[in-house]
Amino acid sequence: MDLASAKQIGAGLAVIGLAGAGVGIGNIFAALVSSIARNPSARDNVFGLAILGFALTEAVALYALVIAFIILFV
Amino acid sequence: MAAEGHAIDALGQFQLHTVGSFVGASVNFTQANLMMVLAAGVVLAVLHYGARPRAVVPGRLQALAELSYNFIYQMCTDQIGEEGKRFFPLVFALFFFILIGNLVGVWPYAFTFTSHIATTLALAALVMVLTTTVALRLHGWKFFSYFVPSGVPKVLLPLLVPIEILSYLSRLVSLSVRLFANMMAGHVMLEVFGAFIVMLAAAGVFWAPAALSFAVDVALIGFEILVAALQAYVFAVLTCIYLHDAVHLH
Repeated sequence: MDLASAKQIGAGLAVIGLAGAGVGIGNIFAALVSSIARNPSARDNVFGLAILGFALTEAVALYALVIAFIILFV
Repeated sequence: MAAEGHAIDALGQFQLHTVGSFVGASVNFTQANLMMVLAAGVVLAVLHYGARPRAVVPGRLQALAELSYNFIYQMCTDQIGEEGKRFFPLVFALFFFILIGNLVGVWPYAFTFTSHIATTLALAALVMVLTTTVALRLHGWKFFSYFVPSGVPKVLLPLLVPIEILSYLSRLVSLSVRLFANMMAGHVMLEVFGAFIVMLAAAGVFWAPAALSFAVDVALIGFEILVAALQAYVFAVLTCIYLHDAVHLH
Protein backbone atom coordinates (compact mmCIF):
# COMPACT_ATOMS: atom_id res chain seq x y z
CA MET A 1 0.00 0.00 0.00
CA ASP A 2 1.49 3.36 -0.97
CA LEU A 3 1.80 6.34 1.31
CA ALA A 4 -1.06 8.42 -0.15
CA SER A 5 -3.63 5.64 0.30
CA ALA A 6 -2.40 4.94 3.81
CA LYS A 7 -2.81 8.63 4.63
CA GLN A 8 -6.41 8.66 3.36
CA ILE A 9 -7.28 5.54 5.36
CA GLY A 10 -5.60 6.93 8.48
CA ALA A 11 -7.51 10.20 8.23
CA GLY A 12 -10.77 8.31 7.78
CA LEU A 13 -10.08 6.21 10.87
CA ALA A 14 -9.12 9.26 12.91
CA VAL A 15 -12.45 11.02 12.45
CA ILE A 16 -14.37 8.05 13.89
CA GLY A 17 -13.67 9.66 17.27
CA LEU A 18 -16.02 12.52 16.42
CA ALA A 19 -18.98 10.22 17.06
CA GLY A 20 -18.40 10.30 20.83
CA ALA A 21 -18.24 14.09 20.81
CA GLY A 22 -21.53 14.25 18.91
CA VAL A 23 -23.21 12.10 21.58
CA GLY A 24 -21.75 14.32 24.30
CA ILE A 25 -22.99 17.55 22.73
CA GLY A 26 -26.44 16.03 22.29
CA ASN A 27 -26.40 15.12 26.00
CA ILE A 28 -25.56 18.67 27.04
CA PHE A 29 -28.39 20.25 25.10
CA ALA A 30 -30.86 17.52 26.09
CA ALA A 31 -30.10 18.37 29.73
CA LEU A 32 -30.42 22.08 28.93
CA VAL A 33 -33.82 21.69 27.27
CA SER A 34 -35.24 19.50 30.01
CA SER A 35 -33.94 21.80 32.77
CA ILE A 36 -35.48 24.87 31.10
CA ALA A 37 -38.71 22.92 30.58
CA ARG A 38 -38.86 22.12 34.29
CA ASN A 39 -37.97 25.62 35.43
CA PRO A 40 -38.19 28.32 32.75
CA SER A 41 -36.85 31.02 35.08
CA ALA A 42 -33.50 29.21 35.34
CA ARG A 43 -32.77 29.95 31.71
CA ASP A 44 -30.27 32.75 32.27
CA ASN A 45 -28.32 30.77 34.85
CA VAL A 46 -28.10 27.54 32.91
CA PHE A 47 -27.56 28.84 29.37
CA GLY A 48 -24.05 30.17 30.00
CA LEU A 49 -22.99 26.86 31.54
CA ALA A 50 -24.47 24.97 28.57
CA ILE A 51 -22.50 27.09 26.09
CA LEU A 52 -19.31 26.55 28.10
CA GLY A 53 -19.93 22.80 28.23
CA PHE A 54 -20.64 22.71 24.52
CA ALA A 55 -17.39 24.49 23.68
CA LEU A 56 -15.35 22.19 25.93
CA THR A 57 -16.88 19.06 24.37
CA GLU A 58 -16.46 20.40 20.86
CA ALA A 59 -12.79 20.96 21.64
CA VAL A 60 -12.33 17.19 22.07
CA ALA A 61 -13.98 16.64 18.70
CA LEU A 62 -11.57 19.11 17.15
CA TYR A 63 -8.55 17.38 18.68
CA ALA A 64 -9.55 14.30 16.65
CA LEU A 65 -10.01 16.47 13.56
CA VAL A 66 -6.57 18.03 14.00
CA ILE A 67 -4.99 14.56 14.17
CA ALA A 68 -6.85 13.67 10.95
CA PHE A 69 -5.51 16.82 9.24
CA ILE A 70 -1.99 16.08 10.46
CA ILE A 71 -2.15 12.54 9.10
CA LEU A 72 -3.59 13.74 5.81
CA PHE A 73 -1.49 16.80 5.08
CA VAL A 74 1.75 16.58 7.09
CA MET B 1 -5.52 27.75 -6.87
CA ALA B 2 -7.77 25.92 -4.49
CA ALA B 3 -8.89 23.19 -6.88
CA GLU B 4 -6.23 21.91 -9.24
CA GLY B 5 -6.21 18.51 -10.86
CA HIS B 6 -7.68 16.03 -8.40
CA ALA B 7 -6.47 17.50 -5.13
CA ILE B 8 -7.95 20.34 -3.08
CA ASP B 9 -5.30 22.57 -1.54
CA ALA B 10 -6.96 23.07 1.85
CA LEU B 11 -4.00 24.24 3.96
CA GLY B 12 -2.25 26.59 1.55
CA GLN B 13 -4.38 29.52 2.75
CA PHE B 14 -2.54 29.50 6.10
CA GLN B 15 0.87 30.17 4.60
CA LEU B 16 2.32 33.51 5.66
CA HIS B 17 3.73 36.06 3.21
CA THR B 18 5.28 39.38 4.11
CA VAL B 19 3.21 42.48 3.33
CA GLY B 20 4.32 46.04 2.63
CA SER B 21 7.07 45.43 0.00
CA PHE B 22 10.68 45.73 1.19
CA VAL B 23 9.90 47.55 4.44
CA GLY B 24 7.63 44.75 5.62
CA ALA B 25 9.94 42.06 4.29
CA SER B 26 12.89 43.45 6.26
CA VAL B 27 11.09 42.93 9.60
CA ASN B 28 9.05 39.92 8.44
CA PHE B 29 5.72 41.70 8.85
CA THR B 30 3.20 39.17 7.58
CA GLN B 31 -0.55 39.32 6.95
CA ALA B 32 -1.03 37.80 10.43
CA ASN B 33 0.76 40.80 11.98
CA LEU B 34 -1.30 43.17 9.84
CA MET B 35 -4.55 41.59 11.08
CA MET B 36 -3.36 41.79 14.69
CA VAL B 37 -2.65 45.52 14.28
CA LEU B 38 -6.08 45.92 12.67
CA ALA B 39 -7.88 44.06 15.47
CA ALA B 40 -6.11 46.06 18.17
CA GLY B 41 -6.84 49.28 16.27
CA VAL B 42 -10.57 48.47 15.97
CA VAL B 43 -10.89 47.73 19.70
CA LEU B 44 -8.99 50.88 20.67
CA ALA B 45 -11.01 53.03 18.27
CA VAL B 46 -14.37 51.72 19.54
CA LEU B 47 -13.33 52.31 23.15
CA HIS B 48 -11.81 55.74 22.53
CA TYR B 49 -14.66 57.17 20.47
CA GLY B 50 -17.23 55.33 22.57
CA ALA B 51 -16.03 56.77 25.86
CA ARG B 52 -15.77 60.35 24.60
CA PRO B 53 -19.44 61.52 24.67
CA ARG B 54 -20.12 61.29 28.38
CA ALA B 55 -23.89 61.39 28.02
CA VAL B 56 -26.05 60.07 30.83
CA VAL B 57 -28.34 58.50 28.24
CA PRO B 58 -25.78 56.91 25.89
CA GLY B 59 -25.92 56.99 22.12
CA ARG B 60 -25.16 53.86 20.12
CA LEU B 61 -21.36 53.96 20.17
CA GLN B 62 -21.17 54.88 23.84
CA ALA B 63 -23.69 52.12 24.62
CA LEU B 64 -21.51 49.65 22.71
CA ALA B 65 -18.41 50.61 24.70
CA GLU B 66 -20.30 50.52 28.02
CA LEU B 67 -22.00 47.19 27.23
CA SER B 68 -18.71 45.54 26.31
CA TYR B 69 -17.07 46.89 29.49
CA ASN B 70 -19.95 45.68 31.63
CA PHE B 71 -20.08 42.25 30.02
CA ILE B 72 -16.45 41.45 30.82
CA TYR B 73 -16.64 43.14 34.26
CA GLN B 74 -19.64 40.96 35.19
CA MET B 75 -17.83 37.87 33.93
CA CYS B 76 -14.73 38.65 35.99
CA THR B 77 -16.53 39.44 39.23
CA ASP B 78 -18.98 36.54 38.87
CA GLN B 79 -16.26 33.98 38.28
CA ILE B 80 -13.38 35.24 40.43
CA GLY B 81 -15.20 37.23 43.12
CA GLU B 82 -14.12 40.59 44.45
CA GLU B 83 -10.46 40.12 43.48
CA GLY B 84 -11.60 39.79 39.88
CA LYS B 85 -11.31 43.53 39.43
CA ARG B 86 -7.50 43.27 39.25
CA PHE B 87 -7.66 40.91 36.29
CA PHE B 88 -10.36 42.74 34.38
CA PRO B 89 -8.01 44.59 31.95
CA LEU B 90 -6.28 41.37 30.95
CA VAL B 91 -9.50 39.43 30.39
CA PHE B 92 -10.96 42.38 28.46
CA ALA B 93 -7.91 42.59 26.20
CA LEU B 94 -7.83 38.83 25.62
CA PHE B 95 -11.56 38.57 24.87
CA PHE B 96 -11.76 41.47 22.44
CA PHE B 97 -8.43 40.77 20.71
CA ILE B 98 -9.51 37.18 20.01
CA LEU B 99 -13.11 38.16 19.16
CA ILE B 100 -12.23 40.88 16.63
CA GLY B 101 -9.39 38.76 15.25
CA ASN B 102 -11.70 35.79 14.68
CA LEU B 103 -14.46 37.94 13.18
CA VAL B 104 -12.20 39.91 10.83
CA GLY B 105 -10.87 36.63 9.46
CA VAL B 106 -14.31 35.70 8.11
CA TRP B 107 -14.07 38.60 5.64
CA PRO B 108 -12.95 37.42 2.18
CA TYR B 109 -9.21 37.76 1.53
CA ALA B 110 -8.57 38.66 5.19
CA PHE B 111 -6.53 36.42 7.46
CA THR B 112 -7.44 34.83 10.82
CA PHE B 113 -4.36 35.21 12.97
CA THR B 114 -5.75 32.77 15.57
CA SER B 115 -5.63 29.97 12.99
CA HIS B 116 -1.94 29.55 13.73
CA ILE B 117 -0.94 27.39 16.72
CA ALA B 118 1.96 29.80 17.39
CA THR B 119 -0.43 32.66 18.17
CA THR B 120 -2.87 30.66 20.27
CA LEU B 121 -0.03 28.91 22.09
CA ALA B 122 1.42 32.30 23.00
CA LEU B 123 -1.94 33.50 24.34
CA ALA B 124 -2.51 30.28 26.31
CA ALA B 125 1.05 30.37 27.67
CA LEU B 126 0.41 33.94 28.84
CA VAL B 127 -2.69 32.79 30.74
CA MET B 128 -0.93 29.74 32.24
CA VAL B 129 2.16 31.66 33.38
CA LEU B 130 -0.06 34.37 34.84
CA THR B 131 -2.31 32.00 36.80
CA THR B 132 0.64 30.01 38.16
CA THR B 133 2.47 33.19 39.15
CA VAL B 134 -0.64 34.63 40.82
CA ALA B 135 -1.21 31.40 42.75
CA LEU B 136 2.42 31.19 43.88
CA ARG B 137 2.45 34.86 44.86
CA LEU B 138 -0.78 34.63 46.86
CA HIS B 139 -0.28 31.24 48.51
CA GLY B 140 3.45 30.52 48.51
CA TRP B 141 4.31 26.85 48.97
CA LYS B 142 0.69 26.10 49.87
CA PHE B 143 0.03 26.28 46.11
CA PHE B 144 0.98 22.59 45.86
CA SER B 145 -1.94 21.64 48.07
CA TYR B 146 -4.04 22.38 44.98
CA PHE B 147 -2.94 19.03 43.56
CA VAL B 148 -4.10 17.10 46.62
CA PRO B 149 -7.92 17.17 46.59
CA SER B 150 -9.60 17.08 49.98
CA GLY B 151 -11.45 13.98 51.17
CA VAL B 152 -9.27 11.49 49.28
CA PRO B 153 -8.05 8.29 51.08
CA LYS B 154 -4.24 8.34 51.50
CA VAL B 155 -3.90 5.10 49.52
CA LEU B 156 -5.04 6.75 46.30
CA LEU B 157 -2.74 9.79 46.56
CA PRO B 158 0.31 8.34 44.63
CA LEU B 159 -2.08 7.72 41.73
CA LEU B 160 -4.14 10.88 42.00
CA VAL B 161 -1.47 13.56 42.45
CA PRO B 162 0.39 12.84 39.15
CA ILE B 163 -2.97 12.81 37.36
CA GLU B 164 -3.86 16.18 38.88
CA ILE B 165 -0.48 17.64 37.92
CA LEU B 166 -0.82 16.32 34.37
CA SER B 167 -4.32 17.75 34.02
CA TYR B 168 -3.03 21.12 35.25
CA LEU B 169 -0.25 21.10 32.66
CA SER B 170 -2.65 19.96 29.94
CA ARG B 171 -4.64 23.19 30.41
CA LEU B 172 -2.02 24.89 28.21
CA VAL B 173 -2.53 22.35 25.43
CA SER B 174 -6.32 22.33 25.62
CA LEU B 175 -6.68 26.12 25.76
CA SER B 176 -4.45 26.71 22.74
CA VAL B 177 -5.57 23.76 20.60
CA ARG B 178 -9.28 24.48 21.18
CA LEU B 179 -9.04 27.97 19.66
CA PHE B 180 -6.56 26.96 16.95
CA ALA B 181 -8.48 23.87 15.81
CA ASN B 182 -11.84 25.67 15.71
CA MET B 183 -10.48 28.48 13.55
CA MET B 184 -8.37 26.26 11.28
CA ALA B 185 -11.14 23.69 10.75
CA GLY B 186 -13.68 26.43 10.00
CA HIS B 187 -11.53 28.02 7.33
CA VAL B 188 -10.55 24.65 5.83
CA MET B 189 -14.27 23.85 5.49
CA LEU B 190 -14.90 27.19 3.77
CA GLU B 191 -12.03 26.55 1.36
CA VAL B 192 -13.11 22.97 0.62
CA PHE B 193 -16.70 23.95 -0.17
CA GLY B 194 -15.44 26.85 -2.25
CA ALA B 195 -13.29 24.44 -4.25
CA PHE B 196 -16.35 22.21 -4.68
CA ILE B 197 -18.22 25.14 -6.29
CA VAL B 198 -15.49 25.57 -8.88
CA MET B 199 -15.05 21.86 -9.53
CA LEU B 200 -18.78 21.15 -9.80
CA ALA B 201 -19.39 24.10 -12.12
CA ALA B 202 -16.52 23.05 -14.36
CA ALA B 203 -17.50 19.38 -14.45
CA GLY B 204 -21.23 19.42 -15.14
CA VAL B 205 -23.65 21.01 -17.63
CA PHE B 206 -26.25 21.84 -14.94
CA TRP B 207 -25.62 24.68 -12.46
CA ALA B 208 -27.59 23.13 -9.58
CA PRO B 209 -24.80 21.14 -7.83
CA ALA B 210 -22.52 24.20 -7.79
CA ALA B 211 -25.37 26.35 -6.45
CA LEU B 212 -25.96 23.78 -3.70
CA SER B 213 -22.33 23.94 -2.65
CA PHE B 214 -22.58 27.74 -2.70
CA ALA B 215 -25.60 27.62 -0.37
CA VAL B 216 -23.71 25.36 2.04
CA ASP B 217 -20.77 27.76 1.91
CA VAL B 218 -23.03 30.71 2.81
CA ALA B 219 -24.46 28.75 5.78
CA LEU B 220 -20.91 27.87 6.82
CA ILE B 221 -19.96 31.55 6.95
CA GLY B 222 -22.85 32.17 9.34
CA PHE B 223 -21.67 29.21 11.45
CA GLU B 224 -18.12 30.54 11.35
CA ILE B 225 -19.25 33.89 12.79
CA LEU B 226 -21.03 32.05 15.61
CA VAL B 227 -17.97 29.92 16.33
CA ALA B 228 -15.73 33.01 16.30
CA ALA B 229 -17.75 34.70 19.03
CA LEU B 230 -18.22 31.47 20.99
CA GLN B 231 -14.51 30.60 21.03
CA ALA B 232 -13.56 34.09 22.21
CA TYR B 233 -16.15 33.81 25.01
CA VAL B 234 -14.93 30.34 26.02
CA PHE B 235 -11.28 31.50 26.11
CA ALA B 236 -12.22 34.42 28.36
CA VAL B 237 -14.45 32.33 30.65
CA LEU B 238 -11.79 29.64 31.04
CA THR B 239 -9.21 32.32 31.85
CA CYS B 240 -11.55 33.58 34.58
CA ILE B 241 -12.08 30.02 35.90
CA TYR B 242 -8.33 29.37 36.04
CA LEU B 243 -7.82 32.68 37.83
CA HIS B 244 -10.55 31.68 40.31
CA ASP B 245 -8.64 28.45 40.95
CA ALA B 246 -5.41 30.41 41.40
CA VAL B 247 -6.93 32.96 43.78
CA HIS B 248 -9.07 30.61 45.87
CA LEU B 249 -7.00 27.41 45.46
CA HIS B 250 -9.83 24.95 44.98
